[in-house]
Amino acid sequence: MASSFTRILSSKRNVGILSLVGGSVAAGFLLHREHVTAGEPLRRRYPASAEYPDLRKHNNCMASNLTPAIYAKLCDKATPNGYTLDQAIQTGVDNPGHPFIKTVGLVAGDEESYEVFADLLDPVIKERHNGYDPRVMKHPTDLNATKIQSGVFDERYVLSSRVRTGRSIRGLSLPPACTRAERREVERVVVDALSGLKGDLAGKYYSLTLMTEQEQQQLIDDHFLFDKPVSPLLTCAGMARDWPDARGIWHNNEKTFLIWINEEDHTRVISMEKGGNMKRVFERFCRGLKEVERLIQERGWEFMWNERLGYILTCPSNLGTGLRAGVHVKLPRLGKDPRFSKILDNLRLQKRGTGGVDTAAVGGVFDISNLDRLGQSEVQLVQTVIDGVNYLIECEKRLEKGQDIKVPAPLKQFK
Amino acid sequence: MAAMKNCHNDYKMKFSVDEEFPDLSQHNNHMAKVLNKDIYSKLRGKSTPSGFTVDDVIQTGVDNPGHPFIMTVGCVAGDEESYEVFKELLDPIISDRHGGYKPTDKHKTDLNFENLKGGDDLDPNYVLSSRVRTGRSIKGFTLPPHNSRGERRGIEKLSIEALSSLDGEFKGKYYPLNGMTDAEQEQLIADHFLFDKPVSPLLTCAGMARDWPDARGIWHNDNKTFLVWVNEEDHLRVISMQKGGNMKEVFKRFCVGLQKIEEIFKKHNHGFMWNEHLGYILTCPSNLGTGLRGGVHVKLPKLSTHPKFEEILTRLRLQKRGTGGVDTASVGGVFDISNADRLGSSEVEQVQLVVDGVKLMVEMEKKLEKGESIDGMIPAQK
Repeated sequence: MASSFTRILSSKRNVGILSLVGGSVAAGFLLHREHVTAGEPLRRRYPASAEYPDLRKHNNCMASNLTPAIYAKLCDKATPNGYTLDQAIQTGVDNPGHPFIKTVGLVAGDEESYEVFADLLDPVIKERHNGYDPRVMKHPTDLNATKIQSGVFDERYVLSSRVRTGRSIRGLSLPPACTRAERREVERVVVDALSGLKGDLAGKYYSLTLMTEQEQQQLIDDHFLFDKPVSPLLTCAGMARDWPDARGIWHNNEKTFLIWINEEDHTRVISMEKGGNMKRVFERFCRGLKEVERLIQERGWEFMWNERLGYILTCPSNLGTGLRAGVHVKLPRLGKDPRFSKILDNLRLQKRGTGGVDTAAVGGVFDISNLDRLGQSEVQLVQTVIDGVNYLIECEKRLEKGQDIKVPAPLKQFK
Repeated sequence: MAAMKNCHNDYKMKFSVDEEFPDLSQHNNHMAKVLNKDIYSKLRGKSTPSGFTVDDVIQTGVDNPGHPFIMTVGCVAGDEESYEVFKELLDPIISDRHGGYKPTDKHKTDLNFENLKGGDDLDPNYVLSSRVRTGRSIKGFTLPPHNSRGERRGIEKLSIEALSSLDGEFKGKYYPLNGMTDAEQEQLIADHFLFDKPVSPLLTCAGMARDWPDARGIWHNDNKTFLVWVNEEDHLRVISMQKGGNMKEVFKRFCVGLQKIEEIFKKHNHGFMWNEHLGYILTCPSNLGTGLRGGVHVKLPKLSTHPKFEEILTRLRLQKRGTGGVDTASVGGVFDISNADRLGSSEVEQVQLVVDGVKLMVEMEKKLEKGESIDGMIPAQK
């Protein structure tokens, strides 16, 4: 079993064989750390103690968990494709972080990184995902949108609704490590599958290298176009290499279902629309995702997934569901209330500005989304957002009428 | 050193040349002009003993397509052996960049300051400051695009040992970037000595800013006329400078200081990387040979607006920059004028061109001030 796994290569047929051996669950099982053969040990001119990074000024999850002992244990290892610990932690070494904002500080170069470097990744995952222990816990996946209750918001408050996640193609390295050929293969596989989408999901692919100026302008106007990453968190991890080769955007004709190819992950899948119908957004999200999965499986490919970590993505913060479900909602009064942060915390929600992560709110409009990614299913997380946003709107209405609001009791972490 | 196995590169070899070859259709740099599928195919299976590959060499050139007017190099070396292992790619690039320098050519090194004629009488009313810089790489270590934290720290440690043993006019102190006080930092900025974390994507895409500011620092003598940067774009950048126009003195200090430092490194069995074909080996192929940029800040408000200014510079084998260094604009008619060549002529020859050329340009400036023509003074191509 281990040997058939370690030579996972570009041949789709080989990967197909793996999934014939019992589907994703078996393939997931094969990725248990005992079965992963690490690559050849690295040459070291200096002992681990001479190579250990200076993390004294650092505030990120990698720095909190990378002890000299763990470094010494892992620094000579490599994944079968040759990805090393030094590469995984480079972004965290180069970006000490901020006293208030704790970034993750490391990335995976491939699926096997999560196994070969588990001694570091497991504690980082536990810290980042509020105590989720990948060594003993299982992550639930549930994309059955019919289970959602209510989910149509008051449109006097909710301006837009959106759900995003990421998916990685098993057998190909992730953006920090992929070669140009692998990245192009990701593009080929995904674009080919997407061309099979029909009905309200039918759409078109726009390659970053080939799009016309007009197409580019339209994509900017639609707020769809993504740029070359400038954040050093991403560039130091090597994700912007060879830009814009094999990067692109696919969207359906109705502009409600969008896929980014080869940005921070192999794919980012987004369902969105103006207004407050989160239920419909999530329904389309689930349907679209399942369709895409079926289409790639037809061609002998599959998504990276296992039952410890759920969907495998580049950044450990996006493991599990990789899901961020959110709304742009007008909360001018609540937004100024000193209890706002605590309310959000207890509802397991986070706020961002309307430009996305690390931007400020404009005109009392906030981007409100789920905090958690791992340990709860997609349905559970979206329900949490729906219930939470409804509560926030209630608070805003009460404040409008001069009534008092209550901080809700904290939600349980893992259901 | 036995060649180490490069797992990642072996894995890459499973893909075809066509699948891996970079898209260089939008590119304008030396690497993009030279690299084709044939060369890529021959080189992609190779690795230097420390594991540097052709994809590592070219990454910065792939990520930075360049500018229609400014031709960057588009590749770097990861170690001394890169220039051998990837000859087929680097030799034509070196030839394009260094005026047709052939793989069989030999480079002359001459750090004998006594061979410089004149240079002590540049008019200080025009020449505000004089400076000579070069780089040195320490044998046995890989270069900034590739080196590990352990190696970089090893370089720093050796450099501190070597520099602390200097005395006389060279006696000085080392300031590690990670550990200098606020006061020290302010002083270094005021002295125009402090270098920053590279922001240019030409450097960051080549991996030179990794682990910043670990093992980076600045050493300078007490007189503030001799300065060494440790672990920036090269292992060492060595700078001799002072106000005014006495380039002779600046160059003498440069040569003497360099040779003292080299002796100490040799004693530790880590001399400088050098060979008789490429001279001093540095990270960027544009700095091979002498790695020397000798220049002045000089006031040329009238000459710089003369229609023949560029032509004069070209004939004198000089280049102009703004007073902030490369890719900056000149301020108040003051230009940074330095030698254009690095490889194929010696240190003395290059500084001689600067001394003679600047002297001539100052005379031209004076003539133009008096309203006279400089047509009779235009030099022949050097």
